[in-house]
Amino acid sequence: MTRSLALLAVCVAAIVAPFFVYPVLLMTILCFMVFACSFNLLLGYGGLLCFGHAMFFGTAAYVTGFVLKSTGVSTEIGILAGALAAAAMGAVVGLVSVRRSGIQFAMITFAIAQFVYFVLVKAAFTGREDGMHNIPRRALFGVIDVSSNLTYYYVVLAITIACVLFFYRIVHSPFGELLKAIRDNEPRVESVGFKPEQFKLAALILSAGLAGLAGGMKATVYHFATLTDASWAISGEVILMTLLGGLGTLTGPMVGTGIIILLNDFLSQFGEWALIAQGVIMLVVILAFRRGVVGEAAAWFERRRQASTPAPPKALAAEH
Amino acid sequence: MFGNLSISLVLGQLLIGLINGSFYAMLSMGLAIIFGLMNVVNFAHGAQYMLGAFVAWIMLDTLGIGYWPALIIAPVVVASLGLMMERVVLRPLQNLDHLYGLLATYSMALIIEGLVRQKYGSTGLPYANPIPGGIDIGVMFLPWYRVWVVATSLVICLGTWLLIDRTRLGAYLRAATERPEIVESFGINVPRLVALTYGFGVGLAGLGGVLAAPIYQVSPYMGSSIMIVIFAVVVIGGMGSIIGAIATGYLLGLAEAVTKIVYPEAANIVIFVIMMLALIFRPKGLFSGSENAR
Repeated sequence: MTRSLALLAVCVAAIVAPFFVYPVLLMTILCFMVFACSFNLLLGYGGLLCFGHAMFFGTAAYVTGFVLKSTGVSTEIGILAGALAAAAMGAVVGLVSVRRSGIQFAMITFAIAQFVYFVLVKAAFTGREDGMHNIPRRALFGVIDVSSNLTYYYVVLAITIACVLFFYRIVHSPFGELLKAIRDNEPRVESVGFKPEQFKLAALILSAGLAGLAGGMKATVYHFATLTDASWAISGEVILMTLLGGLGTLTGPMVGTGIIILLNDFLSQFGEWALIAQGVIMLVVILAFRRGVVGEAAAWFERRRQASTPAPPKALAAEH
Repeated sequence: MFGNLSISLVLGQLLIGLINGSFYAMLSMGLAIIFGLMNVVNFAHGAQYMLGAFVAWIMLDTLGIGYWPALIIAPVVVASLGLMMERVVLRPLQNLDHLYGLLATYSMALIIEGLVRQKYGSTGLPYANPIPGGIDIGVMFLPWYRVWVVATSLVICLGTWLLIDRTRLGAYLRAATERPEIVESFGINVPRLVALTYGFGVGLAGLGGVLAAPIYQVSPYMGSSIMIVIFAVVVIGGMGSIIGAIATGYLLGLAEAVTKIVYPEAANIVIFVIMMLALIFRPKGLFSGSENAR
């Protein structure tokens, strides 16, 4: 009951928000929400820390921009092209990295992302240090005009909702359950007859595709793509968003994204303090509340509920 | 292709490669030592290296303390900061998933780099060469300072390796890497050993920073840019293999130099190409065969 009420409130807020807040800022939040969801799929559910997730985001932004600039296709085709390119990249990255887990996976993905970054710096089609500019935002399906930011906000909102539902579906599917099982006990899953590597690879491809969709969307929102989109600063930011919101929770990364984007927006006038604040927040989250905002809130409600009802048997309360 | 390249130009590039390799080797070695004992990938290593350079620069700028005292004092300052970090941040996390250690050091790197950038801006600051001049060895001019850096790095890398491989202290260290609880039962204070190891590794990074100050500009970005290479070095060399980290460090510095001579456009990428090849063909690291693979 309270849950559907909250959902309704969020929906209403999302619909009226662009009349009160600059739509581009809202669209940035939405793009990064999709990005954070894709990251959460890997780390929160698959236990794989991709320390270079920006490579999918940034590459897709460039591919989307390139397709839209060099051909006359409509916007959604461009975004899809970016997502597909990122998914393909995810497959390649997976082939060399998916046999590792934990720290090794993190370091390898970090180094590969840096490789991708240097390739993007050198590649002619990206516009190098200047970035890729004047990416057109053509009519959707050739008919719906989205040149105004207000209209496009609702398109981005619709795509984001679709992505979140898709993410929800994956996480609650048998595939998602297996992913969680691999995260918790890989040898066990293997002993039951599944091949963990295949599932991890599939998760990486899905996650990369979703991150690519976010990157492609961002390129059409801003009309440009830059090297920053593929830099390790962005890879770090998405980790921070996910951790702050609550790793492995459904809504946490989205909440974390909202907080961080608004904080960045607010602190952008204070020089390097945005970076310092990010570092401090991340450190505090890691040291003091690893469940993140949403996770801690859920735990708090759970404690309150338990305080009002008779205490459950010890064995049940021991977990979590 | 080589026809229009003079021998001195080639040697000059190789010397630059050897210099870069010296820093790669020193930093990767520190990273490998810390990882071996604590299972923490110290992402702040680059920031601590940068801090070493900045401490030396600040000491010269405000107190007038020159290079030679700074060579001792700056690493001690950086190592003390490292000890504090270990106590406040890493020790509470040691029983959790090791990814938290990586992320915690990552956030410390952000804080350090952000603070330095806020205070000193983004432009590089020059640091005067303490040993100007050099020697003409016929085919090329050899600046004294570069000779000093290569020699110091070699001595430090070899010395550290001998310390860990040949001494009693090193034996404790290696034992604590394998079975900390058993070492503890022999009366060795393992937490202190861990803290000192982290401090030592961080101090090495700081020392690298001081050595680097007169060669590269002292800039807030020097840490993150070298960190990227160091990660690749450690992936190629095999995690936690100390001799692997040292050798890969020098090799990659030279590989960069050779690429710069043969095909300059690829100089930034060559390390990562080697890393991809190593991942495909030697997934456990180039040097994992000679030591225990971790």
